Amino acid sequence: MALPTHTPLNYRIWHYTYLTLCGLVFFFLIAPLFVILPLSFNAEQYIHFSAKMLALDPEGFSLRWYEDMIYGTKNPWGLATKNSLIIAFFATIGSTILGTVAALGLSSRHMPYKAAFMALLISPMIVPLIISGTAIFFFMAKVGLAATHTGIVLSHIILGTPFVVITVTATLTGFDHSVTRAAASLGSNPVNTFMKITLPLIMPGVISGALFAFVTSFDEVVVVLFLAGLENTTIPIQMWVGLREQLSPTIMAVATCLIVMSTLILVSAELLRRRSERLRGINR
Amino acid sequence: MSQEQILSSDGIPLEKSLKIAERKNKIKAVLLVAPLFFFILIVYVFPIGDMLFRSVDDRMITKMLPKTFNAMEDWDGKDLPEEKVYKGLYDDLTHLKKNKIHGKIIARLNYEKSGFSSLIKKTVRKLKKFEDGNYKEQFIKVHKRWGQNEYLVALKNTSPNWSYAKYLKGMDRKFDQDRNIIQVEEDRRIHKILWMRTLNVAFWVTIFCFVLAYPISHLLATLPMKYSNLLMICVLLPFWTSLLVRTSSWMVLLQQQGPINDLIVWIGLATDENRPELMYNVIGTFVAMTQILLPFMVLPLYSVMKTISPSLMRAGKSLGGSPFTSFIKIYFPLTVPGIGAGSLLVFILAIGYYITPALVGGASGSLISNTIAYHMKSSLDWAFASALGTMLLVGVLTIYWIYNKLVGIDNIKLG
Repeated sequence: MALPTHTPLNYRIWHYTYLTLCGLVFFFLIAPLFVILPLSFNAEQYIHFSAKMLALDPEGFSLRWYEDMIYGTKNPWGLATKNSLIIAFFATIGSTILGTVAALGLSSRHMPYKAAFMALLISPMIVPLIISGTAIFFFMAKVGLAATHTGIVLSHIILGTPFVVITVTATLTGFDHSVTRAAASLGSNPVNTFMKITLPLIMPGVISGALFAFVTSFDEVVVVLFLAGLENTTIPIQMWVGLREQLSPTIMAVATCLIVMSTLILVSAELLRRRSERLRGINR
Repeated sequence: MSQEQILSSDGIPLEKSLKIAERKNKIKAVLLVAPLFFFILIVYVFPIGDMLFRSVDDRMITKMLPKTFNAMEDWDGKDLPEEKVYKGLYDDLTHLKKNKIHGKIIARLNYEKSGFSSLIKKTVRKLKKFEDGNYKEQFIKVHKRWGQNEYLVALKNTSPNWSYAKYLKGMDRKFDQDRNIIQVEEDRRIHKILWMRTLNVAFWVTIFCFVLAYPISHLLATLPMKYSNLLMICVLLPFWTSLLVRTSSWMVLLQQQGPINDLIVWIGLATDENRPELMYNVIGTFVAMTQILLPFMVLPLYSVMKTISPSLMRAGKSLGGSPFTSFIKIYFPLTVPGIGAGSLLVFILAIGYYITPALVGGASGSLISNTIAYHMKSSLDWAFASALGTMLLVGVLTIYWIYNKLVGIDNIKLG
């Protein structure tokens, strides 16, 4: 953002002040995440930057907390990771299927009361999690699914579907319906048309919705706090428990792994978004 | 029907055939939405309804003292009730004692009026010494409170099946013995403080988010693509990162020996001995929530600003407006839809926040959600938790409704 040479001094000052302020805000957004990375390699047991670390002395760094995370005898991270992955996997599949199918119906111009249905189906995203958690807990306790994987998966499907509905509906707004009519006129049945024509075209939206659903489930803690028993503990629950007791370097190691994971998810989501825009011919 | 009807190939009038086709399409669309709709209805909407129901449900005690309440029906409450009420009470208490479930009513009655706990316990203990007939006298002999009208009025007050007493409690109000609504004692008015604090935090977090998000959204929207994509990562990476990770990074930063406090001491704003408490109070809640919710403000603002043509500002300048005037008169009004969308979203999310206040908020920074969780998990007053939840829900749904009117729920953009 170079300024033209004839810019008066006061505008120049204003402009650079503005850029500095923006820089500070970006720093505020991103810096907290990077505090965790070095601390997870701390050789000491405390959560602060030791003198050795600041001097970049190799002795100040170690991988012991990662070892502790994986091999530690008392550490529940293995079970938690397994549970988190199982729950997130099934919740993602459930949300993606239900959400995509519903989005197809919602995007049809024949759908009656579209706005009302949309508002209802999106509501789990808006209603505070503590309320969803309370209500779902009462329900699951009543039907005997509290403290089971099934109960948690069902509640995560609910929390994940709004994201799928939103992303798939967004992909469908630019959708050219004449291609499905063309397929139909060539003798394809609706299921075949969906599998061969519609689905490949809306795939970026479906996958990005699935990513949202996965992250929602993988990161969800409030509802699981209500529903989970000891057997159903997940990574967020273990982090929650750990953070309530005290900050430990092992938690920093887990957090670092989660940051790496979210970076990967961000990259794939971004690539998908661009692909989707290209497919729909939206130029920016 | 007009004479010259157009017929489709199979001889049906075109209008009718079109209507049939339209109806088919309509049914198809509804059938596609139906699975998710019913799923949400059964596993989500009904449970929330059930929660509403629990918040006003007061049938437990009615079921446990049926004969007493039955006998009390035509009692006006002015003088001590007749013998049949005491007879009913004797029968009910005997039944409860036999099944060992009298503990349940003690808590409920003591909540209605303190003093019931010892009254019921003592009476139940002496039940076996009761003789047939003249129950009124015997009850009063066991405990003189059975001869005090206020206790029997309080007992009668618990007889309706439904009660909104939990809602009154959520607003720091209660019934006095004549069923008037009064404020609770000064030192017990904690919920008003909580509601105000929740609203306050949500309001100021929204304002902070807006102030911080506006300039960077503008920068992102006006920079050339290759730079803005790079900077967008700063917004999207936190957005995709686990909430607990972000909260724990704030716990690291704000702790007493943490980097921010080190900086404060190094600058000389505080001495090393009395480092300021940045965490476990409302400051921690503010700072962490602002950073965590900031992307939700940036994304809608950015998508609105992206659509504003830069030529508008140039036009403003060429017509003689200073950059400031052009900004206020042209640019800012065009961004109002984005401001509305972002602010409502951040406010809705902030008002129900639970995890972050629970971890960095401490006692003075905890919000209404934390109180709901407390009553769900610790005090086990589920009816009260439900009542608070319902009050919060009504607030959130009102904002959601406004959001839907102003922005349209289908305009939510993600990433």
